Amino acid sequence: MSDPLLKVRDLKIGATVYPPGEKPHDIEIVHGVSFDLAPGKVLGLIGESGAGKSTIGLASMAYGRGGVKITGGEVWVNGRDILKSPLKDIRNLRGAEVTYVSQSAAASFNPAKKIMDQVVEAAVEQKKFGRKEAEERARTLFSKLGLPDPNNIGERYPHQVSGGQLQRCMTALALCPEPDLVVFDEPTTALDVTTQIDVLMAIKEAIRDTGVAALYITHDLAVVAQVSDDIMVLRMGDMVEYGHTDQIINHPKEDYTKALVSVRSIEHEEKQPTPEPVLSVQNITARYKGLNFDVLKNVTVDLHPGQTLAVVGESGSGKSTLARVITGLLPPSDGQIDFAGRTLSRDLAGRTREDLRELQMIYQMADVAMNPRQTVGTIIGRPLEFYFNIRGSEKRKRIIELLDEIELGEKFIDRYPAELSGGQKQRVCIARSLAAKPKMIICDEVTSALDPLVADGILKLLLDLQKIEDVAYLFITHDLATVRAISDSIAVMYQGKVQRYGSKSEVLSPPFDDYTDLLLSSVPEMKLGWLEEVVAHRKMESAGN
Amino acid sequence: MKNIPISALIGLILTALYFLMALLAPLIAPYGMAEVVGDVWEPSSSKFWLGTDNIGRDLLSRMIYGGRTTIFIATAATILSFVTGSVLAFFAAVMGGWVDQVLSRFVDLIMSIPTLIFALVVLSVMPVTIPILIVVMGLLDSTRVYRLARAVAVDISVMDYVEAARLRGEKIGWIIFREILPNALSPLIAEMGLRFIFAVLFVSTLSFLGLGVQPPEADWGGIVKENKEGIVYGIPAALLPAVAIATLAISVNLVADWVLNRTTSLKGGRG
Repeated sequence: MSDPLLKVRDLKIGATVYPPGEKPHDIEIVHGVSFDLAPGKVLGLIGESGAGKSTIGLASMAYGRGGVKITGGEVWVNGRDILKSPLKDIRNLRGAEVTYVSQSAAASFNPAKKIMDQVVEAAVEQKKFGRKEAEERARTLFSKLGLPDPNNIGERYPHQVSGGQLQRCMTALALCPEPDLVVFDEPTTALDVTTQIDVLMAIKEAIRDTGVAALYITHDLAVVAQVSDDIMVLRMGDMVEYGHTDQIINHPKEDYTKALVSVRSIEHEEKQPTPEPVLSVQNITARYKGLNFDVLKNVTVDLHPGQTLAVVGESGSGKSTLARVITGLLPPSDGQIDFAGRTLSRDLAGRTREDLRELQMIYQMADVAMNPRQTVGTIIGRPLEFYFNIRGSEKRKRIIELLDEIELGEKFIDRYPAELSGGQKQRVCIARSLAAKPKMIICDEVTSALDPLVADGILKLLLDLQKIEDVAYLFITHDLATVRAISDSIAVMYQGKVQRYGSKSEVLSPPFDDYTDLLLSSVPEMKLGWLEEVVAHRKMESAGN
Repeated sequence: MKNIPISALIGLILTALYFLMALLAPLIAPYGMAEVVGDVWEPSSSKFWLGTDNIGRDLLSRMIYGGRTTIFIATAATILSFVTGSVLAFFAAVMGGWVDQVLSRFVDLIMSIPTLIFALVVLSVMPVTIPILIVVMGLLDSTRVYRLARAVAVDISVMDYVEAARLRGEKIGWIIFREILPNALSPLIAEMGLRFIFAVLFVSTLSFLGLGVQPPEADWGGIVKENKEGIVYGIPAALLPAVAIATLAISVNLVADWVLNRTTSLKGGRG
């Protein structure tokens, strides 16, 4: 590495924070990070949210997002320190030498312009190519990235292609001006697992064919292991470990890296079904008002007391709709739901207070599931007051008990949700549903918005609580690793139907139907060369295509 | 309360001054409200600080009493409009469906008639007393509050915590007052400042047109009307209440701006 393309030395980045009730002050969010990137190599930046990985990625274009300032250090691109360059030079660099692929292609494309216009814009603007030439190059990239109908897809608008395809269009956009460096900022995080593989493979091949260097930013170590040559692990703005991919994955040195590598190591013994299920969903068919097709088609599943039924599927498979039907928010057009030995009313208005109490729900986004103007004590205390009429010191005692159960403790009782971290918020939501002493809790993607280590903690907590409280979980998720970790039975959903249903051991052992096989094989594994192996053995196109 | 910007401080002081003056009118005013104490349109002197009006009453005393009436009517009308407007709006947002449709279309209907014309028609067939004035103004203004409050509440009512409250089986009163209201408060308070000023302008306009506060009661719009002929002769008596209206409007707005800035910053808003 005699002449690196990107050389970062002691990079320091600061931001101004505005804590309520205090004077705004400056904090440092990246504390002196250094690395080199040789031409044609891929460096993976990995860390949890708040680790500073995106901030570092953008700093390599001399850009600070949302009030973030680069306060010190050097960033050398192609032999010049861009932090000291005048704005005019930086402007010439962005979109020509360094380009950027963001997490949400859907939010980054202008919905009013055709894809082609946006893909060639930077290349034409920076005078790298003429318009005709750039379009020609874009079409080549489209076909390289495996997009269907590469000659005409550019004439479509962003909403006319799927999420995974749009993400690939964005990669084409970044590669079109023949940059030396591309910054990929979580390009596959928002995609379904089966789609993620296509995009990952496309990105990997495009990097190999065009010979660009790349910074690949993600929180998923298994993903980064597939595409990068080197990996840098970041935590709270500090470098934890920096080394070759093989070394990081197979022989991590630091404890934090070891924890990241061994995440999802929960062992959970499958329980046998009981004669009396607590929840029995029978032949449910449902559709939303204004749609001309059924979102759920003849769904039948059982959940046994004190056990976990995982409902797995990709976005659009109808798994969240199933939750809405069970809670009564969406009355089904056909079918019946039996719960705790009685038949539930189809809509919410017809359910008794006892029905509502025994069937609780935990949401994906804990921060919008709690009223920001209520303290933790009020949030957890309300079900106690509402269902059991417990008040005063007795209520406080019970709230503290619940806070202890979720491993937070008494000091949290007067805090507001804004003062909690993501994992703590989710714990408070768990305590709120436990306060009602439910027979069953619907967990709707409760760990998807959390960092892997935090999610692990939540899953362990849920399993422990299941043992203590003997509560059943209907666990909705798209993450098969989670399913393996906690479920007793599994229902795989695909296009509104239950594709495969049974105990965990049955569902997860062959022979598989094509869809389950695709889904299972798409879960990124923490080993080198996994991506190529999977793509070679696929039987079915991914659902997003 | 530290770090009050200078503009908000000025606004706060002036607003407080006007409200104190309104409250303590009988104590501060040098003469009675309708007392004729001098000649017509006397210039300002040590005896009459702002001079006298078109029939020889002390202008300062009339302005102080007039401010009392104007501010009282505007405050009462604003409160009435906020209570009816926001409660109806929250109700519509939480219930949705035909309740929302009926209420919203009714409000649209009222709003399609120019407010001033509507008020003039109503007031010309009803006896013009202060309570009626307040009710008419308050109800007409509540349509504007309804629109804002409904927009805010619709946003909030799709939040998961509201859904969680529904699933818990909470009554509609809890959902409106405990889940939605605390989160809708900041835009509503900022709007309240604006609405108050519109109410001041509205009651002044009505009085100027002769359908608001009736003489000999004083109010700022009425004083402008009584003294408007004086402008031709270079008498400033009609302009002084206009200045009072303008300064009150600006100072309340400065405060409202500050409140809006402070509260939206919680959600990462401007400021």
